[in-house]
Amino acid sequence: MVKKAAAFRKFIQAGWGILTNAYVKGFLPGDPPIYKGPLKQFCVPGMNCYSCPGALGSCPIGSMQAVFDGRHRKFAFYVVGYLSLIGLIVGRFVCGWLCLFGLIQELLYKIPTPKLKVPEAIDKPLRYLKYVMLFVMVFALPFFVRSEYGVGAPFFCKYICPVGTLEGGIPLVLLNDAMRGTLGWLFRWKFLLLILCVLASIFIYRPFCKYICPLGAFYGLFQKVSLVRMQVDENACVNCGLCAKTCKMNVDPRKNPNSCECIRCRECINACPKNALSMIIREKKAADQPIQEGLRKESI
Amino acid sequence: MTRKIPIQATIGLILVAIASMAFGIYRGEVEIVLMKAINICMECIGLG
Repeated sequence: MVKKAAAFRKFIQAGWGILTNAYVKGFLPGDPPIYKGPLKQFCVPGMNCYSCPGALGSCPIGSMQAVFDGRHRKFAFYVVGYLSLIGLIVGRFVCGWLCLFGLIQELLYKIPTPKLKVPEAIDKPLRYLKYVMLFVMVFALPFFVRSEYGVGAPFFCKYICPVGTLEGGIPLVLLNDAMRGTLGWLFRWKFLLLILCVLASIFIYRPFCKYICPLGAFYGLFQKVSLVRMQVDENACVNCGLCAKTCKMNVDPRKNPNSCECIRCRECINACPKNALSMIIREKKAADQPIQEGLRKESI
Repeated sequence: MTRKIPIQATIGLILVAIASMAFGIYRGEVEIVLMKAINICMECIGLG
């Protein structure tokens, strides 16, 4: 049952990744190398570089910065509204089910090696790094820092994002001779970050999602108010701790079922022998009930 | 202390999010997104 559920999630993740990167022509040598159709007006909900040769939609983090860093310094109402809407409905469900880069990290973690448990003293402060990425690299720097020509830059995409290097940079450089001739220090820097991310993913479960991803940070802000949420039946729970042991994002669902770190992969639900955990859609009457995470000491 | 987050607050925020999207579409942000996305983002791939 647990294995079937895990396989089903992998199937959805892979299916979504293929569906949103189905522009096969982009992977063939020649011009145009990327999809230029109207679907790119819309952002995919997960991290997916729009310069990936197969990408059919836009990257929400890149799109946000594209509006921020323009000459007229606009706030990105369209993308922020869209991402907020998703966050308010499902929270970080997207991270667990509809993010190709998340799937890639999960597959890397399956490589049979000893796994590393990051000590809490390091893990806990590092979790805040993704909020720094969101508010500094995605919001503030593209919005306020201008070049001599009056335009900004997508700081997160340019200096940090390993997704762009993996899904866009490497395939395009491999497919295009002219691009190969333009490789410089920036590509080498981003390639190094990608290698570090890949290596870390072999030993740590989804390190990019835990510590770096600004999109996960953004969705995480809505976990406690989203319509879809986790619920613990305290009458059924026998405090065996299996849910916390199962969670690779290091969340204890008994203490904080709607933690900002939960990617709603449902592994804890499937692991619970008493069926005490469930994922529900909030109803109006639930407003009068105390929300569980307010009753206990919060933890990541 | 018990904290209550009424569902009305979520519904209200959803409406704000939809209004934000509509305002962004109205003032042409979709075109900015499209223009960025149909051209190879040199910065994103490490060449810019």
